[in-house]
Amino acid sequence: MNNYYFTSEHQLFRKSLRDFLNREIVPHIDQWEEEGEIPKSAFKKLGDMGYYGLGFEESYGGMSTDIFYTMILVEELNKCNSAGTAASLLSHSTLALEHLSKNGSEFLKKNYLKPGISADLIGCLAISEPQAGSDVSNIQTKAEDNGDHYMINGSKTFITNGVKCDFYVAAVRTEEKGYDGISMMVIDRSDSGIKTSALKKLGWHASETAEISFDNVRVPKENLIGEINKGFYYIMEKFELERLILSTGALASAEYALEYGLQYLSERKAFNRSLNTFQELRHRVAQLSAELACLKAFNYQICDALQRKENVTKECAMSKLLCTEFMDKLSYQVLQFLGGYGYMEEYKAARIFRDSRIGTIGGGTSEIMREIIAKSIIG
Amino acid sequence: MKNYYFNEEHELFRQGLRDFLNKEVVPNIEKWEEEQRIPKEIFKKFGDMGYLGLNYPEKYGGIDADFFYAVVFTEEISKVFSGGFMAAFAVQQFMSSPYLMKHGSDFLKEKYLTKAISGDAICSIAISEPNAGSDVANIRTTAVREGNYYIVNGSKTFITSGVYGDVLVTVVKTKPEEGFNGISLLVIDRDAEGVSATKLKKLGWHASDTAELSFDNVKVPVENLLGEENHGFFYLMDGLQLERLVGAIGGYAGSEAALDYSLQYMSEREAFGRPINKFQVLRHRVAQMSSEIESIKYFVYHCCRLHADGEYVVKECSMAKLLGTELSDKVMYQCLQFFGGYGYMEEYKMARMFRDSRIGTIGGGTSEIMREIIAKMVIDDKSYQKSTNTPIIKTKPTNGSMNGSSTTKNNTNNQINTTMSYESTFNTMKEKAESAQPLGSVLKLNFGENRIVIDGTNGSNQVSGEDIDANCTVDVSLDDFTSMLNGDLNPMGAFMSGKMKVKGDTGVALKLQTLFS
Repeated sequence: MNNYYFTSEHQLFRKSLRDFLNREIVPHIDQWEEEGEIPKSAFKKLGDMGYYGLGFEESYGGMSTDIFYTMILVEELNKCNSAGTAASLLSHSTLALEHLSKNGSEFLKKNYLKPGISADLIGCLAISEPQAGSDVSNIQTKAEDNGDHYMINGSKTFITNGVKCDFYVAAVRTEEKGYDGISMMVIDRSDSGIKTSALKKLGWHASETAEISFDNVRVPKENLIGEINKGFYYIMEKFELERLILSTGALASAEYALEYGLQYLSERKAFNRSLNTFQELRHRVAQLSAELACLKAFNYQICDALQRKENVTKECAMSKLLCTEFMDKLSYQVLQFLGGYGYMEEYKAARIFRDSRIGTIGGGTSEIMREIIAKSIIG
Repeated sequence: MKNYYFNEEHELFRQGLRDFLNKEVVPNIEKWEEEQRIPKEIFKKFGDMGYLGLNYPEKYGGIDADFFYAVVFTEEISKVFSGGFMAAFAVQQFMSSPYLMKHGSDFLKEKYLTKAISGDAICSIAISEPNAGSDVANIRTTAVREGNYYIVNGSKTFITSGVYGDVLVTVVKTKPEEGFNGISLLVIDRDAEGVSATKLKKLGWHASDTAELSFDNVKVPVENLLGEENHGFFYLMDGLQLERLVGAIGGYAGSEAALDYSLQYMSEREAFGRPINKFQVLRHRVAQMSSEIESIKYFVYHCCRLHADGEYVVKECSMAKLLGTELSDKVMYQCLQFFGGYGYMEEYKMARMFRDSRIGTIGGGTSEIMREIIAKMVIDDKSYQKSTNTPIIKTKPTNGSMNGSSTTKNNTNNQINTTMSYESTFNTMKEKAESAQPLGSVLKLNFGENRIVIDGTNGSNQVSGEDIDANCTVDVSLDDFTSMLNGDLNPMGAFMSGKMKVKGDTGVALKLQTLFS
């Protein structure tokens, strides 16, 4: 049923990726969840395999592959039973490196994209601030033009990999007000004046999430990404892919969770028969499967359309909205299937449930998605 | 994203169909709802246009087009604000007559299918009984063989077009002691002796004629058996996939129509000094619903593509039916709310859409049955095999032009039937064009070496053979064009099967139809 989008090469890629993840990633996940972060060595392993180069220029070590290879990486990472692991490992390339590849100068590509693809350097995207989340045009972190450099002052929050990373792809204010005064620049982690602290979260435990403060950080002029004051548009441009990655991730997690729930239902007995023979539970599974199949078909269709460069802003918002809300619903139900065990850390449902909850918030909340959709339909 | 499934020809077909519906159907809906029936003449009009044989061979009067023409047809008939109207035509083409095509003998096809396609006969499918709905294996209507006849006794209920229709594809037990292994399909004439009908009153679908039927020693000739005796259950299971896809299409297409209708209202209606489409809570509700409609629509397209590619997709069709019809109930409820008190009044269309939607999750297999099927496939790994039959579905060709396999034969027939030369065609065309409404633009018909040019820009249609610039050029063979003039070939059919190629302003070509009538 997938073969309208996936060729046999895609399937082969998926299989070898799966083997790699089972060998190098899955065995460590419980430990990473415990420790609250993923070591750089894990990133390096993905880099060595070339997984961070998907869709990027070959001249910087990338592979000019189609969008479905990227989606396979997203799907398989989201089937390792730790959405935090997936988020942390993916954000390096799909968020930070994307901006460099799309709009970065030769200088930035050579010094950050190339080592980023090989994972010798880890990047992270820094946009949200304590007072500006979805409302990107309201960011306050200031970049003052001091002739040969910018002076950065301000703070960022909810930044994935923000403590351990080597560089930030940061949104800063280069003009006083509004969305026309935002620029993107690379801030090297080694610059002085940067303080970070890890935030404690409801879920996504393996993913390190940072609050960052910039206190008179000097950034060389050549670290500006693209043109000055164009940052807002660069961010908006990347939202389509980012949202599709989030919806693809949510669906893959959902598929993984549902399979896990089904396995449990087939093994667990109550009143002398398997749980999976109770009609009430069966119908709940049927409903969830139907919604999952529907959203998968919709989401793949949009991926394909994005690749063909169709305007799919509305559709991406729709998919992000539906898929992440669906995952919350499904993870709630799967936990219910497991009864008391669903609440215990010994089983996987508890982590699935708490990891899902960020889906409808990150990458633009459900409310922002509905705003975008309403605007495009009603005006 | 729509263009993955629909090419320019499909869209042109949609436009022509929409014009036809706006002319022949929409102005009459309220009357038909009131009278609780759709007049027979309207079926005939659909038949004359070729709309009732979209996926059937030309041999029986069909168009032999790809499945996405059927998708377009179903979408458009679902948007005329009458579920009852939609039901009658969905049953005619997608739920009853396919059994004649797939399992009927040449005799039955000749006798019944051709009439179903031409709109001379209204077809029903009679499955449900007072004591057996989704549980088909449990039906009790019996057909006992006596010589060259079956004697049918029993009753059926909830039968669409059962009171005023002509042909009943009827599910009977030929082995009453067996369950699903004792079921057969018989074609029964509605006016056969011993068949009687009572009209049922319903919550909605008022334009649709819904009957309770009783069969009292009805003599049915043995040649009216469809396929093999006792294979009926499998034929049904097979046919239900199409029925479910059609139900799913009706669900999202009806939802789309309701939402568009509501958006219009919301932009006009004011409250607290501003149009109600400015209120955030309503806007977000619209955003949520339209996301759900889009996602389900594209899922259904995906399922239709699998179906058109000949895959037997029981799970996907059941999922599509479940989601599409439940979506519709949700959307109708919300849209009615947008209209406030007016939503409850018959003056607006929402009240009808709300009550018409409510049957969706019941007919064609309830939502609960859909979940049973899905659960069996997902949890128990059950799979369903396609029963053997003649496939009627054509895969959509990638280049967008469709050449039916029977083209050559048809052309030969036309040549035998017609001895018209270019000159006589020209004269006939001139006569027709000059008495018709002016086209308002220039249309060129190219027959290779010769041509006919109709210039309708100066208040009348001037016909000449001169090669002047035209707004629209139609490439067609002289033979095919002559057949169209004679009424032997449907222009829309010729267009859809690739016999007619249109370049330039396609809207002009649509008007060609008016020249023939």
